[in-house]
Order: sequence, then C-alpha cells, then structure tokens
Amino acid sequence: MAYKDEKLHEEKVFKDPVHRYVHVRDRVIWDLIGTKEFQRLRRIKQLGTSNLTFHGAEHSRFNHSLGVYEIVRRILINFADRPNWNKEERLLCLCAALLHDLGHGPFSHSFEKVFKLDHEDFTKAIILGDTEVNEVLLRVGKDFPQKVADVINKTYKDKLVVSLISSQIDADRMDYLQRDAYFTGVSYGHFDMERILRVMRPYEDQVVVKESGMHAVEDYIMSRYQMYWQVYFHPVTRSAEVILTKILHRVKALYDEGYTFKMEPAHFISFFEEDVSLSDYIRLDEAVVYYYFQMWAEEDDSVLRDLAYRFINRKLFKYVEFNPNLQMKEWMELYRLFQQVGLDPDYYLVVDSSSDLPYDFYRPGEEEERLPIHLLMPNRELRELSRQSEIVEAISGKKRTDHKLYYPRDTILQLSDDRLEKKRIFELLYQSE
Amino acid sequence: MLDNHAKLVKVIASSAGIVGRKKLQKIIYIMKKLGYPFEEKYTFHFYGPYSEELTLRMEELTNLGFVSEVKEQKSNYYQYRYQVTEQGEDFLTHSPVDIPEVEDVVNQLKEKSSRFLELVATMLYFDDLTKEEVEAKVQEVKKKSNYTQDDMQEAWHYIHRLKQ
Repeated sequence: MAYKDEKLHEEKVFKDPVHRYVHVRDRVIWDLIGTKEFQRLRRIKQLGTSNLTFHGAEHSRFNHSLGVYEIVRRILINFADRPNWNKEERLLCLCAALLHDLGHGPFSHSFEKVFKLDHEDFTKAIILGDTEVNEVLLRVGKDFPQKVADVINKTYKDKLVVSLISSQIDADRMDYLQRDAYFTGVSYGHFDMERILRVMRPYEDQVVVKESGMHAVEDYIMSRYQMYWQVYFHPVTRSAEVILTKILHRVKALYDEGYTFKMEPAHFISFFEEDVSLSDYIRLDEAVVYYYFQMWAEEDDSVLRDLAYRFINRKLFKYVEFNPNLQMKEWMELYRLFQQVGLDPDYYLVVDSSSDLPYDFYRPGEEEERLPIHLLMPNRELRELSRQSEIVEAISGKKRTDHKLYYPRDTILQLSDDRLEKKRIFELLYQSE
Repeated sequence: MLDNHAKLVKVIASSAGIVGRKKLQKIIYIMKKLGYPFEEKYTFHFYGPYSEELTLRMEELTNLGFVSEVKEQKSNYYQYRYQVTEQGEDFLTHSPVDIPEVEDVVNQLKEKSSRFLELVATMLYFDDLTKEEVEAKVQEVKKKSNYTQDDMQEAWHYIHRLKQ
C-alpha cells in the first residue's frame, strides 16, 4: 500500500478539552506529529503574553494545531460525497491544517516586528527544508511538500482547499476562538461549531454556508468581535507586549553598539544580525527566551535590566487612553519631561495602536478587496453575509480602533515630590484619562 | 510616534488622494517590494497580496480624522476615496517620517487600474521564481481574472520601469 494511503492498525486519539477527541488514523499524520519540528510547538504558547492577564492561557501552538487538523478532518467527512469536492485533496488538506503554524516562534509577533522576520517564511522553510517534516512529506510524493507549502501560503491552485485553512470562516479561526475562550476562562468565544460544520458546502472555488446556518455564523462573528476586545486586545496583555518588544529593541541596540553582555546572547546573535538560519530559528523556544530574560534582568545596562525584570515579574506599564490627533502637543511635552527625569521616552513612553496586534475582526470591505463570507441561498445564489444579517451589518460599521499610552507609573511615583516634572507628567497623563 | 501611520498619510498626501481600498492595498505592496520602508505585513489572499494591518491602520487614520474616507456608490458596487485632512497635514508636520520621496511613484501607480496593479503585485509576490514560473503561477492562482500574455508582458515592462 502506498504510504499516502497507509492507515494505523488502530485509530489513535488525543484527549482534547475543546473537541473532546482528536482522531488520527492516517500514518502520515501520525508521523508528522512525531517530528521534532512539530513537537517544538509544545514549547510555544498560543497566546504569547496573554497568560499575564488570563493565568489559564498557557496552551500551546501544539494544542491549536491538532485542533485545526481535527476540525478540517470533520469538515471533510461532511464534504466527502458532495459535488465540487475532490477527494484526492483530503490528505493535503489534513497536512496543511496540521502544519499551518509550524513556523511560529516564541512571542512571534514581537520577534517579527523587531527582527524583520515572517513566521510564514519559516513555515515554508521547515516544510521544504532539510527537516523531519520534509522527510515525512516527501514519502507521500516528490511534489507533496511544495503543495502543502502552497496551501498554507494560500497560493495553491485549488482555492477551495485554501479556504478551508484560511478564510473568514476557517478551521484556524474556529479552533482558536474556542480554545482561547476555554483556556482564558472567558465566557465569550463560544458558538455552535457543529452546526456550522453541518451547513458548510464546497461551492465552486470557495467554502460557503447554507443560509439556514446564518444564525450560527452570526454567533461566530459575535464571538470573534468579543474575543478581539476582551482577550486579544486586552490593555494589560498589550502592556506586556510593549515591554517585550522594547526588551528586544534594547538588546539589539546594545549589541549593535558593541555592548559587552555578562553572558554572550549566543541564541540571539543571528537575530541581531538579521541573518537567521532555519536551525537558529528552530532552536529558539520560549524556555530559551525566558532564560535570557533572567540573565538580562541582572545586566549592567539599567534599561535592559529594568525591562527584563518587569517582564519576568509582571511589573507592567500602566496606560491611559490617548488620542494622537487631540493630544499631539501633550505627547511632545511628555516626551521632553521624560527625558528631563532620566527616562528614555523611546523605551518608557509608548503609544500602542489597535493595528499593532495581529488579530482582526470581520469586515465586508469593497468589491474584490478580500473574500467575504458568502451564504448559499435556497435558489443557489450567493449573498454576502452582512447584506443578509442585520447583526453582522450592525457590528461591521462600528468604530473598532484605539490608541493607548503606556508608561511606568511606579518609576515616576518614585521621583521626589519636589520635582516639578513629576507633577506636570501626572497632570498631562490624568488629563488624558 | 505612529511612524507607520505617518508614512501612509504621506503617500495619500503626495497623490492628492487615492480611490479604492484594493488600489491602496496594491500600491503600498508594490512600493514595499520596491524597497520603500513600509512595515505592514502582507499575505496572499484571494485577490493577491493583502494586508490586514494596512486595513486596520487606515481605519485608525480615518477614526483619528487624519484621513477622510468617502464611500462612493458605483453601478453595482461601492468604493472608497481617501484624502488627507487638514489635521492629517498637521500630523505630518509633527511626524518627520524616514521615507524617500514617494510622489512620482505613487502618482504613476495610481493612474493604473486596480486590476493591473493586482497583476503587478501578484507577479512581485512570486519574485523568487523564474519569469516562466511566475507566469505559470499567475495563471494558476488568478484563473478567474483571465490575464492574457499581453497583460503579463505589459506588467513585466512596467515592473522593469518601476525598478529603474
């Protein structure tokens, strides 16, 4: 029997708090899960710094990847005999679902911003490079690794396959919304996934939803909206993210100016030099990052020491609402005042915007800008969701952006009360509030 | 502060406005591929390279009042017209952005149709492939757009001119 068709003698199951069980019968899937590159995902948290706000949010990219695989597996059972669906694509879909986040690194959002990286490039590199994952995929077929990479990169010829893994209502989002809700402990993020899976249909080159399932999809859109504001965009999580980003900026700046570290940051040097090889990337996980943060909390450089200490011990920056349009002059004055009291404003006075985080919510957009969710009407016509659903239309038009100003209130409080700058800083900040 | 926002305002200001979200998406992508220091992350979507970050940043700019967004109804669809406001001009004077001169290239790009820019952006997305492979890939991922060999030839010439 060809390797691609091989089944395990007995089905394997993973207990899962979100889907109850993740079922594996294909030999290829089982072998991929066992590779070192996939096992590495156990050491990368799904939600980065959110555990500093929601203490339960310790789940990993490994959990999520298995969850996405399981959802796609269930969708394909539903698709099996439907028109427009090519059964030959089943294994490709399952592999792409399982491996879609393979290139994520520790705190990847901050790392990507500071070191100009892209986790999607590393996903591709792991799939196509000299890795255990590539070895497994090659056994399926010579061009199979490239096909898996194309599906994940959304450049595969069959858009229907792509849209299962990546669209406005895909297996990725359906898993992370539920999983993140479960582990953070919030009561948002829940929706009737079983219902959505039952009414999903392959339609030409996209996945659409039968009109009868519209209310389940509305619930999904609402949960996306609520999770965005309540979890992903939580201001305390953003504070931790701000400090993390500043640590990386600081340590890179120190390296660039020839600073002598107490312990050579060996794992980071290729990142500083923006020449990261695949093996450098793979060996950096959260355990390694935390180890360096512990070391940096004892460095001579006071900014690095302070920021690393803050991150490890959750001494986060406070924040005030900030409107860059109305408060530009105040910001410029604060910038000067911070300099005067010896706080480098480039590290200690930070404006953070909603667009600084990698989460989105549903917006219909203009024609051909991006693919919206389509409902399949009883007469076989397609209608864009927000044109049919008043609930979705209502939340699509709302203002959903904000800006916050982060600063170390504890440090400023420690300044002598005689200092006029201290009084003025608080006047300006409270005025912002 | 808000350096990435300021770069976008500068692009829109330099061209006296841009019509179409899709056009703006592709203009910024093409400029990024030409080496302009935009940091918006792009991935490949149904209609070519697309940045969710850019969409949200534009929404922020309109909510802040730095850019106006006017929705215009067309025969069977609608589109958005972006223009920099007085407050946006003021924001630029307070936010010196580190970006080379953009006026010429933006004005060149905005004269092209969004369909053509989508083709150019898609070809640039696959710039690690050979010319033949790029063309084959475009036909594969943009089947519905029906780009002809002439369209692609024109796009190659255009990319060549842009890079000069």
